[in-house]
Amino acid sequence: MIRRLATDLLLAGPAALAVVLFIFLPVAVVFVLAFTDYLVGAPTADWVGLENFEELFGSRLGRNALINTLIYSAVVIPSSVILGLLVALGLHGITKRMPRVSAVLRTVYFLPVAATLVAMAVAWQMLMHPSLGLLNHWIAALGLTPQQWLTDRGLVLYSLAAIGIWQGVGYNMVLFLAGLSAIQPTLYDAATIDGAEHGWSRFWCVTWPMLGPTTLFVVIVTAANAFRVFETVATMTDGGPAFASDTIVYALYREGFVYFKAGYASAITVVFFAALLLLTALQIALVERKVHYR
Amino acid sequence: MRPGTILSFGLVSLGAAMVLLPFVWMVSVSLKPHNEIFTPEVTLLPQQPTLANYWQALTETDIPLYLLNGVIVTGGILLLQLAITVPCAYALAHRRFPGRALLFGAVIAALLVPFHVTAIPIFLAFSQVGLLNTYAALILPFIATAFGLFLLRQAFAQIPAQLIDAARVDGMSEMGIAWRVAFPLGLPTVIAFSIFSVTAHWNDLFWPLVATTSPELATPPRGILFFRDEESGDDIGPLMAGATLITAPLIIGFLLAQRRFTQGLAGAGLKR
Repeated sequence: MIRRLATDLLLAGPAALAVVLFIFLPVAVVFVLAFTDYLVGAPTADWVGLENFEELFGSRLGRNALINTLIYSAVVIPSSVILGLLVALGLHGITKRMPRVSAVLRTVYFLPVAATLVAMAVAWQMLMHPSLGLLNHWIAALGLTPQQWLTDRGLVLYSLAAIGIWQGVGYNMVLFLAGLSAIQPTLYDAATIDGAEHGWSRFWCVTWPMLGPTTLFVVIVTAANAFRVFETVATMTDGGPAFASDTIVYALYREGFVYFKAGYASAITVVFFAALLLLTALQIALVERKVHYR
Repeated sequence: MRPGTILSFGLVSLGAAMVLLPFVWMVSVSLKPHNEIFTPEVTLLPQQPTLANYWQALTETDIPLYLLNGVIVTGGILLLQLAITVPCAYALAHRRFPGRALLFGAVIAALLVPFHVTAIPIFLAFSQVGLLNTYAALILPFIATAFGLFLLRQAFAQIPAQLIDAARVDGMSEMGIAWRVAFPLGLPTVIAFSIFSVTAHWNDLFWPLVATTSPELATPPRGILFFRDEESGDDIGPLMAGATLITAPLIIGFLLAQRRFTQGLAGAGLKR
């Protein structure tokens, strides 16, 4: 009996200890810190109740980071989900006639998922360079006005969103392709018998309802990734100009690790975590309900 | 060919060209001589391609050091992750012990915790024990992997119990079964998880930015930012060569093992 327990401890103990030490304990600590004014390196801290949360939701800067994250997400989520679906439908449609071409295109779309985002952000920065960049050069060649993609306060968030979409489409495409290949061909035969002969009606009667679970999963994963946007902000704009591209995770980084306001940054962390948990709860609630046609 | 197929092909190809643009531009600028970069006559492709920027990035900058750090950190994380995850996942799948359900529940719950949430307390603890600015600081926080435990537990659970029992009858130790029976049989999942882990940590910027300030410890993404911020905007060619060099290992790996990479990275949606 003792030997059995010792074996179990030897097998499962280290990983269990690591999970407690590096995941559960820090989560508990962050929830406590969020209600204090602790500064990194300070000898003591005071309990401040909800003050940190009031600052996040009440101050111009705090609200700005939250709203920017929501705007970024509102652009990236629908765009990269719809584009991912369209690319998957397009590739699925040509796979039979041009299997090689389809495979190559799928590879191309997936490249941004495997690539190092920071390196690619450096490349995007050069692409969007006001004078040396290809983007403004082409825009000028078309007779349009060149833009300050990363220094125009009204534009910068959308420039970053474009990169978010660029990165997310391939991932969503792979999931939609898997969903499409799981649809039974007999369903389309049945739809034909019922009079749904053309692309549109077949899509609405069969493809779209059968893709329900996939679509839900794709939307949730895309949303979680959008809430988390950090690398492009830290690489390309540092949240600027004038906080125009400040987002929640970047604000967490800045307040916690640049200004060393551990208490306030913990409150930001708690709000960020709550948003992701809410998303997961929504996912579970919807899965329970009506997205499955089985 | 039907017009619909041709239209699909045209649109999907156009999209693919847009997806490729930053890659093409990065490689193209990295191959351009200085005078072709700093000119109002911007061209997509280099007129007189040269490898000079790569030579400069590899001999006059710390890019090789950043690449080496990337190998040390991602390799260290993966080895330690597997060292503690494989036996634990085996125990969760094939042994009954007190607290097993609790542990598995904890693993599922931990899947919901993104790394950013744990960053502040881990940073404070590491600063207390003087661990910041070390390789250990870059590696240790990631050895606890709920995602790895979950994936491997599910894979090992597929192994028939009779096979495990047969190994026990043959006198194999439990640790031996974990490594010499479960591990090889679960290898496809181990590989998928390894690809996920290496990609995630090679590409990570957040934690290296938080846990280290020394350029000697910079991982590739942290390092390329050091490089960019040091030069005054004059070294764009070598910068693009550096960006190409640090993203090349993963891209080459992906092109060589597409199916495994896609599997490994697509599963990431299960965790937050």
